[in-house]
Amino acid sequence: MAKILIVAEHAGGKLNQATAKCVTCAAQIEGAQIDVAVFARDAAQLAAEAAALAGVTRVLRVENAANAEPLAAVLAPQVAELAKGYTHVFGPSTTFGKDLMPRVAALLGVGQLSDIMVVESPWRFRRPVYAGNAVVTVEAPEDRILVATVRTASFSAAPQRESGQAPAPVESASVSVELPTHTRFVERSAPTTGRPDLQTATRVVSGGRALGSAENFQMVHRLADKLGAAVGASRAAVDAGYAPNDLQVGQTGKIIAPELYIAIGISGAIQHLTGIKDAGTIVAINKDPEAPIFEVADIGLVGDLFTILPELEKAIGA
Amino acid sequence: MSKILVGLKRVVDANVRVRVKPDGSGIVTDGVKMSINPFDEIALEEALRIKEKGGASEIVVASIGPAETQQQLRTGLAMGADRAILVQTDTAPEPLAAARIFLKLIEKEDPAIVLFGKQGIDDDNNQTGQMLAALWNRPQATFASKIELDGTRARVTREVDAGLETIEVDLPAVFTADLRLNEPRYVKLPEIMKAKKKPLDTLALADLGVDTTPQFRTLKYEPPAAREKGTMVKDVAELVNALKTKGLL
Ligand SMILES: Cc1cc2nc3c(=O)[nH]c(=O)nc-3n(C[C@H](O)[C@H](O)[C@H](O)COP(=O)(O)OP(=O)(O)OC[C@H]3O[C@@H](n4cnc5c(N)ncnc54)[C@H](O)[C@@H]3O)c2cc1C
Ligand SMILES: Nc1ncnc2c1ncn2[C@@H]1O[C@H](COP(=O)(O)O)[C@@H](O)[C@H]1O
Repeated sequence: MAKILIVAEHAGGKLNQATAKCVTCAAQIEGAQIDVAVFARDAAQLAAEAAALAGVTRVLRVENAANAEPLAAVLAPQVAELAKGYTHVFGPSTTFGKDLMPRVAALLGVGQLSDIMVVESPWRFRRPVYAGNAVVTVEAPEDRILVATVRTASFSAAPQRESGQAPAPVESASVSVELPTHTRFVERSAPTTGRPDLQTATRVVSGGRALGSAENFQMVHRLADKLGAAVGASRAAVDAGYAPNDLQVGQTGKIIAPELYIAIGISGAIQHLTGIKDAGTIVAINKDPEAPIFEVADIGLVGDLFTILPELEKAIGA
Repeated sequence: MSKILVGLKRVVDANVRVRVKPDGSGIVTDGVKMSINPFDEIALEEALRIKEKGGASEIVVASIGPAETQQQLRTGLAMGADRAILVQTDTAPEPLAAARIFLKLIEKEDPAIVLFGKQGIDDDNNQTGQMLAALWNRPQATFASKIELDGTRARVTREVDAGLETIEVDLPAVFTADLRLNEPRYVKLPEIMKAKKKPLDTLALADLGVDTTPQFRTLKYEPPAAREKGTMVKDVAELVNALKTKGLL
């Protein structure tokens, strides 16, 4: 029977939704026991959040002052130690999981499967390659631990347990492994607040190079605010300094699946498209009728964004 | 003075529209342009800049791949690397095997810094640097957008989902390059000529004594599910209507 360990991701004392998405992925493996491990300085609150998720069998608290910040070099030996006895170890395909899980795999002497998008069987999965230009079906060996990352855009978040259902039991786990001191956390840029989070937002408005300046990019922010949407950007817009790096959508930015995605002045390079393939409705506004973004757009509007955006803002109203 | 080892992977060029073979056995590579993985070019550029500022004495570029990978290594030499190593094999190793091979090269070369790309744009694995750091028992700083060396330590700014994160690591360490670490230089013709005389050693994979047996079995390749053809609207009013019809406004 599958015994799955999920490494929880959290920030600012809250569980990242990516964790609940990993639970959904794991739950697609029939009859799986699903344990969630929370590594933190103080994991009580986080563990309670994880224990409230439907599908979770057990929550493990691994508390240590060294776990205050998510440093892969510090976490990996602990995850590897905890992983013994499990058949699968999953982490989210976020920068946290991508940094950590291969290090865990190597410590265990096993390979890693990146970006699970479909579960076909406990040992057979589908994942995208070549920026999503191809999807491969891959089979992992049954005789060793499978370390994998879960493509979060492919799974919905596991819901809360039903009212009346007891939370999953929470246990303290102690792992006795030596932790390295060669890697130290220094600082993290303050999170941009006030707007919905790009990775979980149901609506996203993204701007590209065509915006032309950081000042003009405010038009994207204004439209997003009107729609209650998160803001995204193409690589070109980020490189040009119109938007910060954490707003980049695409192969090397965030892979997202909002209900509504509005691409403004974005050409639709394959590396960008791979980040939005799972969006419900894609709207494209571009002055070039031949722009590749129109090949994937559900609704396309050809025209100059500098005349369209003010009109659109007005039409949407307050 | 210290050495930098850079991993250069040969991949299908980023501008090629990749297609799946009709029989699902792989992607079409016949006559397709191959290049240095774009992230690795950035990694090499960073190594060159470190050396130009006096932070390193030698840059060794290394690749695991078929004989044709010499082309990409020559390009790396033309960009400014001092030496190249090709670990020749016709079957692409999985990331763990690639990391084991690089560990062998580390044992030989004793670099202070290993610079990789954050991911190969072929399999989009994003694993090899992290695995190598684990096997080497050294720090890793992935998704680097800024590297500041300070004697035996480095301060690295990383592009993470939440924004930017800075960590400090002791050297030797593995760094993986993100897009905004730098903009790679163009290679000039005289350098291409000069690069022909630079040393390029070829090692047979079999001689390294590394277990490269694949763990995963790729059963088939498929094109991604296509999105249904959309509709074009002619103005903002139609756009707003279309959104309302879909219940999105
Ligand atoms: C390894 C690698 C990884 C990459 N990863 C990513 C990634 O994660 N995300 C990403 O986005 N890109 C990524 N890229 C870059 C990608 O290939 C494109 O270069 C980038 O997406 C282009 O951004 P853009 O569409 O904003 O700019 P452009 O391609 O320059 O397009 C601008 C568009 O705006 C339109 N336009 C211009 N003026 C107006 C106007 N007034 N009104 C309306 N429309 C107008 C133009 O018709 C054009 O279509 C990557 C590239 C590589 C090589
Ligand atoms: N066969 C290879 N030859 C040279 N470098 C490689 C090879 N495989 C992986 N790398 C390095 O590891 C990085 C990450 O690759 P991957 O884990 O395959 O996404 C690449 O950007 C390269 O720098």
